[in-house]
Amino acid sequence: MLPLAGLLIRAPWSTLPQRLTEPGVLAALRLSLLTATLATALCLLAGVPLAWLLARTTFPGRRLVRALVTVPLVLPPVVGGVALLLVFGRRGLLGGWLDATLGVTLPFTTAGVVLAEAFVAMPFLVISVEGALRAADARYEEAAATLGAGRWTAFRRVTLPLIAPGVAAGAVLCWARALGEFGATITFAGNFPGRTQTMPLAVYLALEQDLDAAIVLSLVLLAVSVLILAGLRDRWLGTS
Amino acid sequence: MRTRLPAALAAVLIAAGCSAQAAAGDEKVTVLAAASLTGSFDRIGELFEKANPGTDVVFSYGGSTGLAQQITAGAPADVFAAASPATMTTVTDAGDGGTPVTFARNQLVIAVPKGNPEGITSLAALAKPGVKVAMCAAQVPCGAAAQKALSAAGVALKPVTEEQDVRAALAKVKLGEVDAALVYRTDARAAAADVAGVEFPESASAINDYPIVALTKAPNRSGADAFVAFVQTPQAQQVLADAGFQRP
Repeated sequence: MLPLAGLLIRAPWSTLPQRLTEPGVLAALRLSLLTATLATALCLLAGVPLAWLLARTTFPGRRLVRALVTVPLVLPPVVGGVALLLVFGRRGLLGGWLDATLGVTLPFTTAGVVLAEAFVAMPFLVISVEGALRAADARYEEAAATLGAGRWTAFRRVTLPLIAPGVAAGAVLCWARALGEFGATITFAGNFPGRTQTMPLAVYLALEQDLDAAIVLSLVLLAVSVLILAGLRDRWLGTS
Repeated sequence: MRTRLPAALAAVLIAAGCSAQAAAGDEKVTVLAAASLTGSFDRIGELFEKANPGTDVVFSYGGSTGLAQQITAGAPADVFAAASPATMTTVTDAGDGGTPVTFARNQLVIAVPKGNPEGITSLAALAKPGVKVAMCAAQVPCGAAAQKALSAAGVALKPVTEEQDVRAALAKVKLGEVDAALVYRTDARAAAADVAGVEFPESASAINDYPIVALTKAPNRSGADAFVAFVQTPQAQQVLADAGFQRP
């Protein structure tokens, strides 16, 4: 909490309104919220099935896969960005093929930002969901199966409601991590205002020149994320 | 495996402790230097240690601006070498350094993949459609220099990315993600295995001065002064020239 207090004390309150209305700020904020949300969606789509595989099935190499899931947590994000370039870059393993056959290039695009954020944030979701799945009693699913529910129906109607809090918590962590992502984003997607310059990138570059501007940007990012997270939390508590 | 791991960790920690102890006997000079000085200052440090037996030079390299912020925030260091006078001013204005000396100059080149597959020979060629260019952001010294050179050449360039420092821009060329990047000559030369540097006349209008200063709160003031003086000797200047720096 102290570093946060440091930011609040040092903030240039008198020039705050005019700094907030600078055009670059809104563009970066909008891009950050958009990409973090899309990255979370991507993580949910890929991460929930992965977590289910890890928690509910046995296959050779499962322990290795589980260890690999946590790799993005350990890897310095900048290295993660380089790794993404080596796969999805123009000379990358898949990048060249994607470009030649589908005309899709990911580096230096907004889609690239989403991919970089999803890569770094994915473990938070998978680990939360896998934990929730392990804590949930598999006998409910078995009971559903004996009553004639298929695997998908059982997952959708029984498992998913059981683990919903775990998924939600994972998604929040995932979103927060994606929102603050810096290293992999700037390495893989580069920095271009309006296209790939998210708030953390804008903060870093502002820091090169103007400490006050960097503090204002950081506070905006913090305020918006706290507001959104607090709002979502109330909603969950209200429905449960 | 489980029993052996802690033992291995302990061995590493003990080894680290020993080396730290061995170094503590020497007189230490801590130098904060701009990232672009990495190779040259390592070499100059070796020469300085040879010329001053019993002295140990420790370098911390990074973006000039970040280093300047560390110094004004009270980081214990003896010498600061920046990649731009503007950054140095933030340190001297804060009263953390005396009068800096310019000890080297750097100039921009166009870094292209080895063999120059796109046949880029001028700044104007970078503005051709389909050519992907990485530049430094205008907030960092290499970006400011690039803007000056571009406006001198009358070229309107739309880069695909504005990088946070010169090494990041160069890395994009090395990885083949862009066709060219505007970087310092010294950076292109340090990466000569992967990239070639294309000189262009307009870079003369955007030459970057490198100032160095002994810091006011230096724990080792005499060592700081000695190192600043040493950087200006012919021996050290030769190292800088070999790396592609110009004499001031």
